[in-house]
Amino acid sequence: MAMVLNEEQQLLKESAEGFFAEKAPITQLRKLRDNKDETGYSADLWQEMSEMGFAGLMVDEDHGGTGFGCVGAGIVAEAMGKTLSASPFLASSVVGASVIAAAASEEQKAALLPAIASGELIVTLALDETSKHDPEGTALKAAGGKLNGLKTFVPDGHVADKVIVLARTSGEPGDRDGLSLYLVDKGASGLIVDRVISMDSRNWAKLTFEGVDAAELLGAEGKAMDVLEPALDRCRIIVAAELLGVAQQTFEVTMEYIKERKQFGVPIGSFQALQHRAAEWFGEIEVTRSAVLKALQMADAGGDIRWFASLAKAKASKTAELATKEAIQMHGGMGVTDEFDLGFFIKRARVLQHLFGDYNYHADRFAACSGY
Amino acid sequence: MSDLEAFRTETRAWLEENCPASMRTPAQGEKDICWGGRNFNFQSEDQKLWLERMGARGWTVPTWPKEYGGGGLSKDEAKILAEEMKRIKARSPLTSFGIWMLGPALLKFGTHEQKLEHLPSIARGEIRWCQGYSEPNAGSDLAALATKAEDKGDHYIINGQKIWTSYADKSDWIFCLIRTDTTDKHNGISFILFDMASEGVSTKPIQLISGYSPFCETFFDDVKAYKKNLVGEVNKGWTVAKYLLTHERTGISEMGVPTPLNRLAVDKLGTNDAGELPETMLRHQIAEHEIDVMSFMFTMERAKDEAKAGNEMGAYSSFLKAYGTELNKDRHELIVKINGSDAFEWEGQFSNNGEIPRTWLRTKANSIEGGTTEIQHNIIAKRVLGLPS
Repeated sequence: MAMVLNEEQQLLKESAEGFFAEKAPITQLRKLRDNKDETGYSADLWQEMSEMGFAGLMVDEDHGGTGFGCVGAGIVAEAMGKTLSASPFLASSVVGASVIAAAASEEQKAALLPAIASGELIVTLALDETSKHDPEGTALKAAGGKLNGLKTFVPDGHVADKVIVLARTSGEPGDRDGLSLYLVDKGASGLIVDRVISMDSRNWAKLTFEGVDAAELLGAEGKAMDVLEPALDRCRIIVAAELLGVAQQTFEVTMEYIKERKQFGVPIGSFQALQHRAAEWFGEIEVTRSAVLKALQMADAGGDIRWFASLAKAKASKTAELATKEAIQMHGGMGVTDEFDLGFFIKRARVLQHLFGDYNYHADRFAACSGY
Repeated sequence: MSDLEAFRTETRAWLEENCPASMRTPAQGEKDICWGGRNFNFQSEDQKLWLERMGARGWTVPTWPKEYGGGGLSKDEAKILAEEMKRIKARSPLTSFGIWMLGPALLKFGTHEQKLEHLPSIARGEIRWCQGYSEPNAGSDLAALATKAEDKGDHYIINGQKIWTSYADKSDWIFCLIRTDTTDKHNGISFILFDMASEGVSTKPIQLISGYSPFCETFFDDVKAYKKNLVGEVNKGWTVAKYLLTHERTGISEMGVPTPLNRLAVDKLGTNDAGELPETMLRHQIAEHEIDVMSFMFTMERAKDEAKAGNEMGAYSSFLKAYGTELNKDRHELIVKINGSDAFEWEGQFSNNGEIPRTWLRTKANSIEGGTTEIQHNIIAKRVLGLPS
């Protein structure tokens, strides 16, 4: 497959970038933060995004989606990384949709996927239990038909209508076997949802399960990792695409700034001390773009994508870290003021870098997949 | 069957028939590389035969036009040929600056006569070329070059000195930047070809820290060069040179996917019970490096696809050159670490007869030759990013 966007994908890119720049620029996120919005996103925007078909990008056409797949979702995620548009897109349209598509029965898919694709239903995934990403380390117990335990870092967990929960049905934390996925409704008896105001002005939740009914199983009991891991890998690559958007945007903003900002009577962008760093930064974004596009294409092609996902997530995490650091440094004092937008980007970058495994997690996994 | 599929079938059959068995094994270093030229010492009959067969078909330069000795293949066909050669692990029949650097420049700027005279002998590997660019006082500031040409009607008399001329002592002809006007720095340079066997040409190899001597000092003392071999316009050689450098840079960064370092490391050091390299920090460094390498390999693939889709590379090649060469330096630092004290054996079995330390040292020049990393960064800053001077 050629590593260029086809005509359809190019159109999607243009329409997504235009849409978010117009409807959800970063000023919207700033407003949501300053107003301490209850949900942390604009319901109107979400409605419009859904009408644009964005909520159904990863859902196949048979289930009411647009079937654009990972490349399509990656294009939209990258555009969102540029404007930091807040919505349940990542939690529901990417994560919820991927996990259900991978794990659920035909009946469950028919019930859930069309509602996810239309944006009416928000489904998220409760995975992490500590401050570190470690799916196999899951301890939350499913026993006697009840779920007991804690989940944290659940994206948009405070607004989700349904939560997919990774629970241990047998074995010990650290075992790959013995994990199962359950679907739990918001408001289920025994489920306590604590919204966390995150530094990136987005939201995640801590969920406490105190004897919540484990009524609806997704996929085979004890074998969750077989379906969850490939689904998570798709999500990781799309998170990498959003990180790429963050890196690209901070780069472009900074290049404009150093062309304009004058010191010593000349634009600071004329100094080699900045030019060479800018050139290196450009290079890192270019190679990241390739790693992400390759991984997105491989994800759509099917097959084992662990190696590609870890490559893309690791590389994008590293580049976004470089980009946000350099952007602030080259903006000087302006870079650390709240009035300037760079703070939003560095905060969002670090959260995304951590989500579903950070650089170290994925560099380690990349090595393990390569046989060392 | 589509035309391309038919081409693949024919190509596969032809390669099967014509590629000697010994040319289907990986090249073991410099000695197995075929450079061609008047005085080339072929390593084996097979090496010679393989060059002759591929050269006769124009497949040493698959996309060059047939009338100039090329294969006349489309990009898609050339890709298939490359895939089929890779499939049987066929070695490249010919490595040559003529193919890699001069050819593309001649195809773009040369006259029909110049192309007819020089391209077919490049394709067949009969003439080996070297590049006369840098001078003792014109390195990164290449346009400061002073080797000058005196106009003598149908020819020039050339006097001066070049340096870092790769394999000048083994080459048959040189493509050279010569000052034809001393009043204008950039617009006073011409691109001229002449025979290294001409009277007044002498070369002196420079021994490097690696112990190898791939570069020479090259001296011109009243050398006669014919005007019919001036490429492009008089005093416009800088344009040709820049175009050629773009190709050189792309070439340097197009070395193909190297053997993953983890494979070298596992072969050398083994793995522990967890299936991991026993040295944690080394494992970490290798993973970090390989992530960058693979991202870069995908970037070259993407750059090729972009070019195929009609998006010009231009100054992008400066980024590929800088990134690729810095990665290669890192790679060899890691190879030294993997091999520990074995890597210090200047001669001896554990360093493949000194190849490990010598290649490591050789890579130090990667980010200097063909324009330093710093020069590439200047080019990216100005031409890609549009930063002010």
